[in-house]
Amino acid sequence: MTPYIGKSISRVDGVAKVTGKAKYAAEYFAPDMLYGWVISSAIAKGKITRIHTEAALQLPGVVQVFTHENRPSLAWFDVNYKDQDAPPGSPFRPLRDATILYSGQPITLVVAETLEVARFAATLVQVDYEEDDHETALEHNLHRAREPKSGVASLLKSPPPKPRGDFEKAFEAAPFQTTGQHIHSVEHHNPMEMFASTVVYEKDGKLTIYDKTQGAPNSQMYVSQVFNMPFSDVRVISPYVGGAFGSGLRPQYQLFLAVLAARELKRSVRVSLTRQQMFTFGHRPATVQNVSLGATADGTIDAIRHDAIGETSRFEDYFEIVVNWAGMLYPAPHVKFTYNLVPLDTFTPLDMRAPGGVTGVPALEMEVDELAHKLGMDPIELRLKNYTERDMNEDLPYSSKELRECFRQGAERFGWASRNPEPRSMRNGHTLVGWGMATGIWDATQGPARAEAVLTVNGKLRVTSATADIGTGTYTIMTQIAADTLGMPIEDVIFRLGDSNMPLAPIEGGSWTAATVGSAVKVACEALGKKLFKMAQKMKDSPFADAKWEDVWFSDAHILLKTNPYAAVSLLEIVGQNGGRAVSETATSLPNMLEQRKYARAVHSAAFVEVEVDEDFGTVRVTRAVTAVAGGRILNPKTARSQIIGGMVWGISKALEEESVMDHQFGRFMNHNLAEYHVAVNADIQDLDVIFVDETDTIVNPLGVKGLGEIGIVGMPAAVANAVFHATGKRIRSLPITLDKLL
Amino acid sequence: MQTTLSPETRADLAPSLPQKQAIKLTINGTVHHLELAPWTTLLDALREYLHLTGTKKGCDHGQCGACTVLVDGKRINSCLTLAVMKEDSDITTIEGLAAENGLHPLQTAFVEHDAYQCGYCTPGQICSAVGLMNEGQAKTIDDIRELMSGNLCRCGAYPHIVDAIREVMHIEPKS
Repeated sequence: MTPYIGKSISRVDGVAKVTGKAKYAAEYFAPDMLYGWVISSAIAKGKITRIHTEAALQLPGVVQVFTHENRPSLAWFDVNYKDQDAPPGSPFRPLRDATILYSGQPITLVVAETLEVARFAATLVQVDYEEDDHETALEHNLHRAREPKSGVASLLKSPPPKPRGDFEKAFEAAPFQTTGQHIHSVEHHNPMEMFASTVVYEKDGKLTIYDKTQGAPNSQMYVSQVFNMPFSDVRVISPYVGGAFGSGLRPQYQLFLAVLAARELKRSVRVSLTRQQMFTFGHRPATVQNVSLGATADGTIDAIRHDAIGETSRFEDYFEIVVNWAGMLYPAPHVKFTYNLVPLDTFTPLDMRAPGGVTGVPALEMEVDELAHKLGMDPIELRLKNYTERDMNEDLPYSSKELRECFRQGAERFGWASRNPEPRSMRNGHTLVGWGMATGIWDATQGPARAEAVLTVNGKLRVTSATADIGTGTYTIMTQIAADTLGMPIEDVIFRLGDSNMPLAPIEGGSWTAATVGSAVKVACEALGKKLFKMAQKMKDSPFADAKWEDVWFSDAHILLKTNPYAAVSLLEIVGQNGGRAVSETATSLPNMLEQRKYARAVHSAAFVEVEVDEDFGTVRVTRAVTAVAGGRILNPKTARSQIIGGMVWGISKALEEESVMDHQFGRFMNHNLAEYHVAVNADIQDLDVIFVDETDTIVNPLGVKGLGEIGIVGMPAAVANAVFHATGKRIRSLPITLDKLL
Repeated sequence: MQTTLSPETRADLAPSLPQKQAIKLTINGTVHHLELAPWTTLLDALREYLHLTGTKKGCDHGQCGACTVLVDGKRINSCLTLAVMKEDSDITTIEGLAAENGLHPLQTAFVEHDAYQCGYCTPGQICSAVGLMNEGQAKTIDDIRELMSGNLCRCGAYPHIVDAIREVMHIEPKS
């Protein structure tokens, strides 16, 4: 019985969000709290020769100015600075020394009694630099490309598979060929909430930290290791996160600076970054990709080559899965994939919504569209011709794959059948109309996690796990899972997250939280149920005296015999026998690796897009879009739809608007604000529709869910670009497709 | 990035801070007496001095709309407004929108339509929508989209935001 799973339940944290009561990291207060203001490096490479802090220190209200010269001694080894999402290399350490590694590097923290004084005092600090030559342009440094270093992170991000067959020969022989170079710009996450940490300095020197993070335990571990504090002295709390999209997977530098200041001054400190400073840490890397496809006249794709070069920093090797997707989507026998990095004088890139996937898949899917055009074949027909039930990279069958159904239902809802395949053939008044489609794919993974389930003395179920809800709906779906597992009315179930004191959960990212934490919530509630059942068996005149666990079920806050619904004991009655104490159980869920390793596991989508292009101005509008998703079991169609719509908006934004523009003379991002870094606004988004096709999967995890955070974005950029091609006859392979590229 | 002032300018500025002054702000019907320097924005006054953190800071430059509040019924960016300028005005924030123990119809509609994800832009969206309705300009879905475009939602909840506002304004879905 699942009265709640699968239902469109409104978010349990919704009222808190619409009334302003939901509190984010910079919204907690402590007595005599100080404010820190970060000063960022004005040069991209070189060293600080002097920081003039005298004028700032003389200003009334300024408490201290921290620089590399007066910071305390901290952990020596790189390993202490590694977080759960750290790529191989040597993590950046704020205020380490006089060396400047990138433009925007935090070099000074001004601490004052008010926000305004800290901000003003920061303008009084003058910094003298000795500049070195820097290199920040990927396209000018492609000759330096090399393989990424491997490390712990490589476990989750597999390197490109080895070549199969003979690509060169097969491509040469193919009567139909496409080749294209795809260039993607740097993008920044830009969640609406800026990074902030409020560090409360407790009387005994312990720290309570309100941090913007996708994993409170990750921030706790970082602070504990860097500042050599016992875990028990560092508590990180993060109940609400104002968006993150990957940017909260690593502790950001304001956390380090706020903790440093609080410990040195023995006072509570808040450090918030500015919107400009939101461009001074991780980003989606710029990439240059080459994709070649070779096919026979009937549309069989025989040969695929996908090469990508991404940027990274000089100190860490950030890498992502860009080129592997073709081997998961198409069964071509002759393939070759390479992925290389160019270290530049920028900060290390960072996972950003569908990292690698929304880079590699769009490039591939644009070439598939081009191939369909050359073959004179319908783009869906070409994809069906090359459909695979196996992941060819792993040579494993998919645990489930209803992509065919995504094509069918998506096409039907969109009205694809009435498309005239000829480019420039469709018009609406003076604007050109284009219809494009593309496939999306993302991994369906599960990690280990812990959760605690407690039946309180007044009969409420309280479940906790130290995961995060960055807007994804974690609070709501976990409440649903807990309620159904123990047959509780949903209003009697409370799920809490975002506290490092809670049972450990991994960082929330990569679409794995529903599977990972959902499974932990389920096993914790089951463990609690078993405990309650045993207690019920020991009660006087228990109807379960001779019953086994398999003989009972939970409904309406009761344990009932399956064979006799009148043989029931209420959970409140059971906890009432516990001497006035709550009953609790903590459990760990682990992925069933033995079973999972026999299958490839992925979520799929088909994206359909209509654009209107004004030929005089080169402006593109997405007038409607449909995405059909095969995402396993849908726990909550309401929040699930929001996740996919959000991903579609991101896809439109990436295809048409987003680009962090660097002036390579300075090595600095120039459009570092929300007026010049364009993201989709309300008027950019018209009719978006979402279909969830039925998909049952008993392998991926006990809940059968595949995760929806990334899949909404993956198919969209190529669908938009393919629609632009259909409208205009122009194949734009460099994103975003701004008007200058169409004129 | 930090702009460094030249030493000459610094010498001029360094000695003095602006004097704090007594100001009176009427927020959600309650009069608050504060000692604030003139450079304190209405947004910082609300958040840092009155702890009314329902109003959000998303850019501090009037580019994102997260800080939208109602001043005498008109929607404004509180980050671009100095607190001292609004002594004689009635300020309404997200905390003051609903009748006691209830929700404003827009708040109810936002919950019902899942018109948010992370919730950070939500108070600004809702205050902006109240302002939009007060203006009486929006007649169609496209009007709502255009006139709500000063409020960014990075989670991309726009279709649902439009649905929520449309429903409260009794505008048909396909207008």
